[in-house]
This record gives sequence, structure tokens and C-alpha cells, in this order.
Amino acid sequence: MLEEQGPEWMSEEVKTGTTIIAVEFDGGVVLGSDSRVSAGASVVNRVMNKLSPLHDRIYCALSGSAADAQTIAETVNYQLDVHSMELGQDPLVCSAATLVKNISYQYKEELSAHLIVGGWDRRGGGQVYATLSGLLTRQPFALGGSGSSYVYGYLDAEYRAGAGRTDTQRLVVDTLSLAMSRDGSSGGVAYLVTIDGDGVEEKVFLGNELPTFYDQ
Amino acid sequence: MAVTFDGGVIIGSDSRATMGGEVVSSKTINKLVQVHQRIFCCMAGSLADAQAVLKTASFQLNLHSVQMEAPPRVIAAASLLRKLCYHNKDELQAGFITAGWDPQKGPQVYVVSLGGMLISQPFTIAGSGSTYIYGYTDAKYRPHMTREEGLQFVTNALALAMGRDNVSGGVAHLVVITEEGAEHVVIPGNKLPKFHDE
Repeated sequence: MLEEQGPEWMSEEVKTGTTIIAVEFDGGVVLGSDSRVSAGASVVNRVMNKLSPLHDRIYCALSGSAADAQTIAETVNYQLDVHSMELGQDPLVCSAATLVKNISYQYKEELSAHLIVGGWDRRGGGQVYATLSGLLTRQPFALGGSGSSYVYGYLDAEYRAGAGRTDTQRLVVDTLSLAMSRDGSSGGVAYLVTIDGDGVEEKVFLGNELPTFYDQ
Repeated sequence: MAVTFDGGVIIGSDSRATMGGEVVSSKTINKLVQVHQRIFCCMAGSLADAQAVLKTASFQLNLHSVQMEAPPRVIAAASLLRKLCYHNKDELQAGFITAGWDPQKGPQVYVVSLGGMLISQPFTIAGSGSTYIYGYTDAKYRPHMTREEGLQFVTNALALAMGRDNVSGGVAHLVVITEEGAEHVVIPGNKLPKFHDE
């Protein structure tokens, strides 16, 4: 028939309905995300890494419309490269966050993506910035994506200022696991990126390696 | 929210009522309604619908209890609510949490959802503020908690939800229901646990 368009998901917008987290610890940051990309009710990618590098020690976490988020990340990656070449040294996390904020704010009507920026620099140590709707704010931790609503309470209760690296990694994995078990648009595996003065460590936690809770 | 512990249940809620999410019309409303000596309900959805349903269900529960010549079971209260919600699902927008203690099954928590589904759970949360504490309650709930652990669990969960949801707030109303009866505890806002950013 002439009207036949194929399956529904081919005409739905691709969103990273998601859970993204960034938490600061003593000496660095940990960023975490799930790996599900959905188009309507279909999961079109179950292993997408939503943690995207902006520079050597600065990463961002993507949420919202997949295309918008990726484009912002690529653009800022390019702008940071130019900036750091002009500066002659590594850029500040605040600079990266400001570049993201500039795009998010200028195109706030056209874009629907929220990026959380986290990284380490010599001046400020580990820092996390939220850029929702074009606002720029530094926070000890930031949450984003559809799954984040379910874990605000948990993170409020469990976050401790000045915690160590392993404790923070465990906190991020636990939080992601809780969000993925409640949010239909989050799931798959958990990606973690830990950034500190010594470098960047990327880790993946497969489905069966995620922590479980009382009803699982 | 409501949670079972070893020997009883605790049902709790906030105390804020708003008009259109802009004005707090009441800071101290009690959303926990007693339908019998050891059975309490809390309302969700349209408060008007919920009150009307609860009034009818309370009456029917009392009648049932007189006919049975025994205190009603918690599931009887929950079933009456479910019946009303299911058969009038087109007109109503009300959901309930029913919690109580009876000699046959001990402490129980039931949820009647908007369309009239009835399920029993060890604990449950509902309302606009509940989205923010799904993670917390999933992580922190343990079966067979003591009374003190249960109180701490509910108080913390309510405080966290009130901290993130702008239409939840005020004081925390808690009712502890055991074989001995029902005890109402009120925790004013300034005595609620504080978390990292307060």
C-alpha cells in the first residue's frame, strides 16, 4: 500500500531517555550513565555510551534528544581544542561548561538536550557543572535524564562531601542501578568514567554485575 | 507511604495542600484517615473524590464489621475501596494506600490504584513526591525492620521527598499501628532530618 511507512519506531524521534549522574569527590569526579536509546517504545540501541569526552580530563554526559546532545558535544569538543591551543594549556572545566551553556542557551528553543559537564583541572580539582536550559551552575553532584527523578532522594541521603574515589564510584553505580530498575527509558549497562589528576578511567558494569536490591 | 515492620505498620504523609501548585492552601492538613481502630488510609489523586469514596467505604466497613461480629480485616477495607474505584472508574480519580493490623494476618499494606487494581506489598509510596524517593526506598527497605528502624525509614523518606517536591511539605504525619492500637506521631518541619545541602 502507498501509505505503509514501516515500523513505528522508524518515524519516532530518537531520544536518550536516560539516567546520567556526575558526582564530585576529593580529587576528581565520577560520571555515570545507562546505555539505553529509545525511539518511542522501541530500544534502538542498548549499549550506547552516553559519556562523551570534551577534552583529556573533561567529559560530558548526554541526555534528551540523541542528535542534539551529540551535536553539542562535538561542537564543544572542537571549540575546546581551539581554545586550548590558543591558551597553550589544558582548558578549565568551567570553560568547557560555559561553552556548552552558550549553545544550550542560545538555541534553547530549537534544542532539547541536557548535558552535564564534569572534569578535573589544576585550578579547581574535580568539578561538576549542570547546564539545564542554558543555566550554568556548579554543584557537588548533578542528575539528569528521565530516570533521574527516581533517585534524587537516594543521592540526597547518601552523598557525603569529601568522600573517596571508590566510595563515590560505588555510590554512582548504586544510583544508576536504582534508576534503571524504575525508569522504563533507562537500562542496559552502566558506564562509569572517573577523572582525576592522574588521568581517566573508563569502566563498564554489565547487567549481571549491577547491584541488586530487596526485590531482585 | 506505608511500610510493614516486625509487629505492625507505619503509614505516613506530608501535610501540604496547594491550589494549582502556586499557593499553599494548608500547611498542616492530615491526609491519614482512620477507617477503623487499626486500619488507616491515605488518599491520592483528587482529594474530593477520595474523601467521598472513603466516607462510603467507612460506612460499609462498619456495617460489615457489625454483621461479622468481629473487627474488620485490613483486606476488607482495601477491597471495599477497590470495588468503589473499579466500578466507578470512569467518574473517579482517586487511589488509596490502606495499612493496618488484624489478628488473622498481622501487619499489611494494600494499594488501590486509580483504575481499581488491588495489590499487597511490603511497603509502598505514592503521590507527586514519591517519584523522588523510589531509589531511596528501594535501596533502604529491609524486611522485618524494628519499630524504630521503620520510623526512621518513613521519616527519612518523607523528608527527602519534601525536600525535592515543591507541592509536598509542612509536617510529617505518621501513624504506627500494632496489635496494641494506633499511635499518631507528628514531626514538625524543623525536626525532620536534614541532608547534605541543608
